[in-house]
Amino acid sequence: MPTFVYMTRCDGCGYCVDICPSDIMHIDETYRRAMNIEPNMCWECYSCVKACPTNAIDVRGYADFAPLGHSVRVRREEEKGTISWKIKFRDGREKDFVSPITTQPWGEKIPRLAETEVPDTEALNSELLYDEPQGLEIDGGLPTVSKDKFKQGVYY
Amino acid sequence: MPKFKTVFEDCDILVVGGGMGGTGAAYEARYWGRDMRIVVAEKANIDRSGAVAQGLYAINCYMGMRWDENQPEDHVRYARNDLMGMVREDLAYDMARHVDSTVHQFDEWGLPFMKDPETGRYQREGKWQVMIHGESYKPIVAEAAKNSADKVYNRIMVTHLLVDESKPNRVGGAVGFNVRTGDYHVFRAKAVIVGAGGASHIFKPRSVGEGMGRTWYAPWSSASAYALPIEVGAKMTQMENRIVLCRFKDGYGPVGAYFLHLKTYTQNAYGEEYESKWYDHTKELVGEYIDHHPTPTCLRNHAFLEEVKAGRGPIHMVTKEAFQDPHKEVVGWENFLGMTVGQAVVWAAQDIDPKYTNPELTTSEPYVMGSHATCSGAWASGPEDISPDEYQWGYNRMMTVDGLFGAGDALGGTAHAFSSGSFTEGRLAAKAAVKYVRDLKNDQIKVTEQQFEVLRETIYKPLETYKVGRNEIVGGTVSPSYILPIQGLHRLEKLMDEYCGGITVNYMTNEPLLLRGLDLMKTLHEDLEYLGAEDLHQLQRAWELKHRAIASECVLQHTLFRQETRWPGYYYRGDHMKLDDENWHVLTLSHRDPESGEWTMEKAPVYHLVD
Repeated sequence: MPTFVYMTRCDGCGYCVDICPSDIMHIDETYRRAMNIEPNMCWECYSCVKACPTNAIDVRGYADFAPLGHSVRVRREEEKGTISWKIKFRDGREKDFVSPITTQPWGEKIPRLAETEVPDTEALNSELLYDEPQGLEIDGGLPTVSKDKFKQGVYY
Repeated sequence: MPKFKTVFEDCDILVVGGGMGGTGAAYEARYWGRDMRIVVAEKANIDRSGAVAQGLYAINCYMGMRWDENQPEDHVRYARNDLMGMVREDLAYDMARHVDSTVHQFDEWGLPFMKDPETGRYQREGKWQVMIHGESYKPIVAEAAKNSADKVYNRIMVTHLLVDESKPNRVGGAVGFNVRTGDYHVFRAKAVIVGAGGASHIFKPRSVGEGMGRTWYAPWSSASAYALPIEVGAKMTQMENRIVLCRFKDGYGPVGAYFLHLKTYTQNAYGEEYESKWYDHTKELVGEYIDHHPTPTCLRNHAFLEEVKAGRGPIHMVTKEAFQDPHKEVVGWENFLGMTVGQAVVWAAQDIDPKYTNPELTTSEPYVMGSHATCSGAWASGPEDISPDEYQWGYNRMMTVDGLFGAGDALGGTAHAFSSGSFTEGRLAAKAAVKYVRDLKNDQIKVTEQQFEVLRETIYKPLETYKVGRNEIVGGTVSPSYILPIQGLHRLEKLMDEYCGGITVNYMTNEPLLLRGLDLMKTLHEDLEYLGAEDLHQLQRAWELKHRAIASECVLQHTLFRQETRWPGYYYRGDHMKLDDENWHVLTLSHRDPESGEWTMEKAPVYHLVD
């Protein structure tokens, strides 16, 4: 279900161009609005649909196997921390779903490791990663296994 | 040809690819390499790139050691069993012992985890998976990488790795171009961590035409994880071990939550259970591997394929019972909306409501990747404290080229890492890369202008080829002087499909087919010198195709080398239909000579974690 862009809603802001993982949303040089230049390389990931501030981008299921007359619309709200979906079937039935996208104020709980205490050489030479072993939340430290437990041959 | 500007970046650690592996690497590198310059080069936009771009509804690898749910040894046995005995058990153990600390951090950062209402623990989908509302999994993880890295370059297609000219077999950075501006980017780096993607679109997909983008793995996963290391002579392992996915038809919606959490099940077109009837037949092929629990993924595929070949398809997923429970119905739909929206679109378009209709399943075209129920990738060193000598050469997750590290799809032998395990591998690679750079001390990397200027000519050549050739013809897409990236891609997919065991041949191949495939691959490589790119977007497609072609040649070589059928249901060697533990209970290794392009193959021992 490749994306397409409604002429009257798109203002050419380029957010979709900036986010598309497949590099297929481009600004049309004549109309100065976005378009999908390569629908057969669209994964229907909805990144552009979610990023569009004017709801100008929609999806029409792949012509090869998706009959017309359906829609799957989305609204992603970082401030509210939710994503809302509306599914419309070809026969008119509808389904609505809302899910959380984060449990924290957006971006605030992500650490800056440059500001943490500098690890010493002993830590660098250990097998531990940042926040270990405490971050594993187990007693006895990082698990390990003796090298001689590894044997050649057919074992199941 | 326009003269594109050259942009230099001199750094200590370069991370190529900002997916789950690359973000983990950038994040962790800062903790250990406080004074180092850490840079990420990402082909798209790190906020929505890689396989997790549209989200995930589960984290498929979490031990739960704090609740004594699983231990790292359990993960090793599980991955080994699912891959028919063939994984790097040291790497699997190492990832598993660290993965819980990664997942706990995701929880702190705000990724919403579902909780078991009775125990308050993470809601388990199955033994290994925990369920999340993961629409924003990637943007959250990207924030962590951006907070750590000195710079994230978005929209850089990395085409080649650089080599150090002062010492053989040592990496010196990477080059690529900006797909928006066309600028030529030269990254001179002491260490490089490859976090790039595995390979979709090397085998012909079931959906063609407009629908060809609806592959199971993302269409932007263009095999750079393999092509970049292969071209500088890094050894690869288990590249024959491609994966075929059993998924909902056309949308490739995942089945994990359906089987494990919703307790739906499969049946043939006539409402019959079919897996058990293929037991004796499968046992003849693989012996007692069919008696293992859980049944290896490839063997379940095998029963599916045999049942369809016997004329009793399509196979259906029985959802009507489970979906009468409103909670399960919501889980079933949100599962798709959180990670495979396309399946919801297909069902809406075809009026399939799984509450009233049991949807069809299919088996996908093959994929080569390293983080799902398969483990293709680079041959890498394991951790010092546990790895057997043959698996250890100094730095954890370092490939057979000095200073070149890998994570996620790039690493071979580490099946069932998934998103959390790939991020963890990135963290492990980053710490080791910091140690490597520290140990270099004053030993300087030498990359001369000659090296990157030669590559510059190579990289932009498709633009020139197109410009010249286009003037020969009135219009259209047919030229005697160049081929377009999409034309080359179709040729590659057809070749791999027909000669290397794709969908149109029921995943079957043999030695004569593979040898013919290698012949055709040779001429394809020659013709790819005449790729024509109309603009920078097509230049990106041209280089993605070249990466896919190099990885595909490696897949052909490995498939030819392993003279047995180790994973029926993934592919079959018609000339060696049985699993052969006597001769092939080994890992396969390949090396491509960067000068001559000649391949050499060898066997490496499988070390099993016993008791």
